Amino acid sequence: MLDTQNIESHTLSVLVDDEPGVLARVVGLFSGRGYNIESLTVSVVDKKKKTSRISVVTTGTPQVINQIEQLLSRLIPVHKVEDLTNGSPHVERELALVKIVNKGDSRIESLRIADSFRARILDSSLNSFVFEVTGASEKVSAFIDLMESLGKVEVARTGICGITRGNKIDLVD
Amino acid sequence: MAEKLQKYKTKQIPGAELLLKCLEDQDVEVIFGYPGGAVLPIYDALFKNNRIKHILVRHEQAAVHAAEGYARSTGKVGVVLVTSGPGATNAVTGLTDALMDSVPVVCLTGQVPTHLVGTDAFQEADTSGITRQCTKHNYLVTKSADLQVIVLEAFHVAKTGRPGPVLIDLPKDILMLDAPYSNSPEIQEEATKRYYPRINPDAKAIKDAVRILKKAKKPIIYGGGGIINSGLKASENLEKLVNMTGWPTTLTLMGLGALPAEDKHFLGMLGMHGTYEANLAMYNCDVMLNVGARFDDRVTGKLSEFSPQSEKIHIDIDGSSINKNIQVDVGIVGDAGVVLDALISEMKTQSFEPNSTALEKWWQKINEWRSRECLRYKQINQVIKPQFAIERLYELTKNKDTFVTTEVGQHQMWAAQYFGFNKPNRWMTSGGLGTMGYGLPAAMGVQVAHPNSLVIDISGEGSFMMNMQELSTISQYNLPVKIFILNNEWLGMVRQWQELIHGGRYSQSYSASLPDFVKLADTFGMTGLVAEYASDLDDVINKMLETDGPVIADIRIEKEENCFPMIPSGAAHNEMILGPDDQEGAISESGKILV
Ligand SMILES: Cc1ncc(C[n+]2csc(CCOP(=O)(O)OP(=O)(O)O)c2C)c(N)n1
Ligand SMILES: [Mg+2]
Repeated sequence: MLDTQNIESHTLSVLVDDEPGVLARVVGLFSGRGYNIESLTVSVVDKKKKTSRISVVTTGTPQVINQIEQLLSRLIPVHKVEDLTNGSPHVERELALVKIVNKGDSRIESLRIADSFRARILDSSLNSFVFEVTGASEKVSAFIDLMESLGKVEVARTGICGITRGNKIDLVD
Repeated sequence: MAEKLQKYKTKQIPGAELLLKCLEDQDVEVIFGYPGGAVLPIYDALFKNNRIKHILVRHEQAAVHAAEGYARSTGKVGVVLVTSGPGATNAVTGLTDALMDSVPVVCLTGQVPTHLVGTDAFQEADTSGITRQCTKHNYLVTKSADLQVIVLEAFHVAKTGRPGPVLIDLPKDILMLDAPYSNSPEIQEEATKRYYPRINPDAKAIKDAVRILKKAKKPIIYGGGGIINSGLKASENLEKLVNMTGWPTTLTLMGLGALPAEDKHFLGMLGMHGTYEANLAMYNCDVMLNVGARFDDRVTGKLSEFSPQSEKIHIDIDGSSINKNIQVDVGIVGDAGVVLDALISEMKTQSFEPNSTALEKWWQKINEWRSRECLRYKQINQVIKPQFAIERLYELTKNKDTFVTTEVGQHQMWAAQYFGFNKPNRWMTSGGLGTMGYGLPAAMGVQVAHPNSLVIDISGEGSFMMNMQELSTISQYNLPVKIFILNNEWLGMVRQWQELIHGGRYSQSYSASLPDFVKLADTFGMTGLVAEYASDLDDVINKMLETDGPVIADIRIEKEENCFPMIPSGAAHNEMILGPDDQEGAISESGKILV
């Protein structure tokens, strides 16, 4: 019998050819088989070799995570799948843009908090700010929570992107 | 992709001609297809081509099944050509079937010209979108310079690793404009190098496996379609392994023929309608060696009670099959034939000896189960039992190296149970998808590949009607396919389940308004035969075999016969029902939601 109990969250880093349909293949694999996508980021990372990196955060039992890794690896345009959560040490970051609308003491307090989170002010008006905050997802979430208690808030988050630590580099030719 | 060609000297030829040239380079002899506006340039090129034969089917689904039949009976890639829009959507069932059963097919679809893509143009469908999940890989060609590289990669992907269908969507302008073609021998390698699935097994996994095999007291070998797909060598290796160990062996529906049915170690097929001895051996074994099978739900039954005491080794070319349904002790990713080779030589290195005392006891147990004769039936009066019909068909064709295809339903299971397959690639059936209407077009494909062989579609009257337009194709090419219809006037498998779990409320499962099959044969210029009584059967079969051209044989069987033995859905291997007397209340409430 397979384990159905221990649900874990994993960040997978997937190096793919930058070609039409590749993101649809990856996303379709998750939706078609009923797996979760918590967050997903994708961008071209090497223009010359035409490769993109997809960082995807998913949840499941260790067996499901392994299944997802295997299924991703068998897609033709996928070069490499790395389970960052299971593998060698890595760093993960997320960026959020947080707009807050407020006045008076709340406005001053939000500035103070932004400062302690090292958030940058990207835009301001007399009763609003747009902050840029980066960090681990928990930090970003904590910042957003605090802002929500201080005014009306609108958020755009990138989702997690991650990379391994150390001097090892993924090469594709 | 285009830059891959840049290093080589190329000449410019129109896309459609280039396409055929690429097919010739892949040794394609035949295409199964149907024309339409978007593929007219290819049809024009075909008109001028005398190396590639085209078989004009009567429905695009049938083109794919025919290509599957061709592929499964030869080990080569089957090729399909259909037009845009409805041509492509009609092919979807066939593609899904090929994906589920790992059949190498390349499907070429026409598309509206690139400047019209996305405008809801006439006969435009988002073919690459629609087929993304039902192909192993697909392409939309957007640049002429990519064409050759894409075709090369498509064939490579279709046949390499776990085989499957690959689709190339071809906008009409790409077919008409000149495109670069290179005959450099290196281009093949250049075009295919990004897909290289694992073929050779990990040495440590092989060692671990042999360590387990050495301890086996109650072993079983459970083989599947992966052995057939790997090629003849894999079946030979399986036989070698079986003889070297003396171990009992069972095969899945897709694996039939990988070990000769007449081999004394063969326990018959396993699974839902498998034999009692095969399923009980699976349940009670202490070591299971799975070669190229995927622990499909038709095979495992209730997962939590699947072979509870065994250590399991799983050989599969697709890493994602390992630990998908069943947790195994050793997973070995690689080609079945190559892995068996490695396994056998490692067994020799570790001086493997089967535990003969234990094995003898194990065979004793198995023979006890065998003595239940789970496939026994009684042909008592003149009403033809379907089991008898298949048994007679097997007996009378035994010496002929027969190719058999089937449709889906009870007749399919009876064919699997009562027809013996003694060689690989002789048995073509829709296993994973269970596609009614597969068998007739598949038989055409098999017959095209083996013009002088006996090809029989064991059919049900319901399934036959799903692709019976292909009688016209069969007639046109005078393909001497024998269509052996087990006619019970029911969608029998549906009726059986309604009897079992819906209180005998036979909702919409009666096959009303059937044609007169003899007259039907006649209108297509073929021979029609009918067997009404058990005493007619041999004569009808012999007449069918003696007839040079195509035949429809309408075999009127016992209408309400059910398919046994059976593991009811939701039950375990040791909870088989052997016949009608055990079926009362055999399916639990939770089993009823399963299909
Ligand atoms: C395309 C398709 N539609 C529906 C089914 C569901 N189905 C499975 S078996 C069956 C009945 C088949 O009837 P027939 O061909 O007469 O075979 P029998 O079971 O009577 O031998 C049906 C409807 C299917 N497998 N495929
Ligand atoms: Mg029927």
